[in-house]
Amino acid sequence: MIDALIAAPLLLPAFAGTATLLFRRRRRWIGAAISVGSAAGLVLLAMILMGQAIAGGPTAYALGNWPAPFGIVLVLDRLAALMLLLTAVLGFAVAAHATLTGLDRKGWHFHPLFQFQLLGINGAFLTGDLFNLFVFFEVLLIASYGLMLHGQGAQRLTAGVQYVIVNLIGSTLFLIALGLLYGITGTLNMADMAVRAAALPPADMGLLRAGGLLLVTVFALKAALAPLHLWLPRTYGSTAPAVAALFAIMTKVGAYAIIRTVPLIFGDWVGQLLLPAALVAMLLGFVGLLAARGLRDMAAFGLIGSTATLLVAIAQFDQRAMAAALFYLPHTTLAAALLFLTIDLVIRWRPAEGDSIVPTSAFAGQGRLSLLFLAAAVALAGLPPLSGFIGKLLILQASLTSPYVIAIWALVLGTSLLAVVGMARAGTTVFWKQGSCPPTSKNRTAFRAIEALPAFFLLAMLGVLTVAAGPATAYADATSRQLFDVPAYVRAVLGSDAPGAAR
Amino acid sequence: MSIEFLVASAIAVLTAAGIYLALRGRTFPVVLGLAMLSYAINLFLFAIGRLTVNRPPLYEKGVTDYADPLPQALVLTAIVISFAMTALAVVLSLRSFLETGTDQVDGIVEADPPQPDREAAP
Repeated sequence: MIDALIAAPLLLPAFAGTATLLFRRRRRWIGAAISVGSAAGLVLLAMILMGQAIAGGPTAYALGNWPAPFGIVLVLDRLAALMLLLTAVLGFAVAAHATLTGLDRKGWHFHPLFQFQLLGINGAFLTGDLFNLFVFFEVLLIASYGLMLHGQGAQRLTAGVQYVIVNLIGSTLFLIALGLLYGITGTLNMADMAVRAAALPPADMGLLRAGGLLLVTVFALKAALAPLHLWLPRTYGSTAPAVAALFAIMTKVGAYAIIRTVPLIFGDWVGQLLLPAALVAMLLGFVGLLAARGLRDMAAFGLIGSTATLLVAIAQFDQRAMAAALFYLPHTTLAAALLFLTIDLVIRWRPAEGDSIVPTSAFAGQGRLSLLFLAAAVALAGLPPLSGFIGKLLILQASLTSPYVIAIWALVLGTSLLAVVGMARAGTTVFWKQGSCPPTSKNRTAFRAIEALPAFFLLAMLGVLTVAAGPATAYADATSRQLFDVPAYVRAVLGSDAPGAAR
Repeated sequence: MSIEFLVASAIAVLTAAGIYLALRGRTFPVVLGLAMLSYAINLFLFAIGRLTVNRPPLYEKGVTDYADPLPQALVLTAIVISFAMTALAVVLSLRSFLETGTDQVDGIVEADPPQPDREAAP
């Protein structure tokens, strides 16, 4: 019975999304309340599931009680629980922000789309079946198309067309990879595929590698690794910043899929290709941050850079580096989302200038915003006292044994400097330099203190992650150990008498 | 000529045409290219269960060799998703054309842009 709780993070947003559809025109506050309430419920569920994941090993729940590998299973382990909690916290903050700032009233379907987005993301984290992963990717992508275009406008539409086309081609590649993998292993269940891939004759290894690389290419497209990052700045730079804050988790879905499939099925040879791509993307991201002229572009490039930093640690496929990555992952997601929410407030409270990085006359709420911006910049660049510093330190420490140690250290430290310079320049221009025009008090009254609450909530979460760095690193270590313990995962899904379970 | 060669070359031609069209600059050829690619994928997924003739999919008395039913289920899902996605891409391209006045994918208006009919626009 308690295992059935694993399906709850899918059912709650599915029902909440359908329920919000009923309150589109009249009594819209009920729809908003359901949406925020569902996100809060997801936080609670994710905490319960995390407790369950800590107490026991990986747990599988067979949907419809069809036994694996024939039916679809949902698998809860420490990694899935961590990602669920992160999604729920982020979803709660973004839902509250969108409701408080009135973004959800700029179109008819914000809350249903938002809930289905959460459904797709949660499903991608829980599923233990590759084709089901594809389906959940499509669910979250379809919802993201709607959310990305929410509020409309010519620039957003043009960027939206590109975003949809890029992701359709990504889905095509995903299907080719699935076809290849099914053709050689004859299964789509991840645990079963892990067993069969290990037992493949050497003649089939080439095809397995081709399928694996295609799959990793799709995930790298989602995670915006070089050279597949070109779609991200334009998409995130033209959508509503609050939506972009939620999309900060979407790049991590790609990273999660790499963490989940590669150690389980393909093995660490993938890292040889992934690591250079991540290093280049990190450099490109932070150079782009330095060159950006708008705050939203700056945040988008910062997101590319910090996700690539995460993948530098992941791509080593080493237990210690993975633990460092798993500590850095929640931090970088929350930091990027905090930056996007802050930028949304800048755009709202300083209405005349939009998001361009130009000196402006003083506006109400400037002090609060500059504090939030400083915190977001410190977090994204990985400076002390926030947890990004610990995360980057762990990544650098874990890279000491890597053959690429010089490149990793040079690029991580160099790009951190680039991030500091870029964000300091943007912050001083926007908050400290006074524009030549006299302060116009008329259009400076958009300030409403309550709108900043979700951003401060995210900042508080970063504070919690910093203070609780000890337990968090312990959790990340245990998660990393669990990830590389393939037989335990196979036992949990296929039962203890499955071939390969005792490997 | 074997059936494998026919299916493989059909997939190859569809994929090549799809990639060529998807790389074009205007939205209409790109949407056509995406449709071609999805046809190619559907054929490919259909073929991953191996090409067999006259075999039952699930159960028949006294038969030992079966056709693989799973790829057919996968193709069905893929067809539904790609159909819906193509429809979405068409609607989006139309909206983008009506709002920006250009059907270039990268949104840059050429020297002589095709102007939409402002009167007929909703």
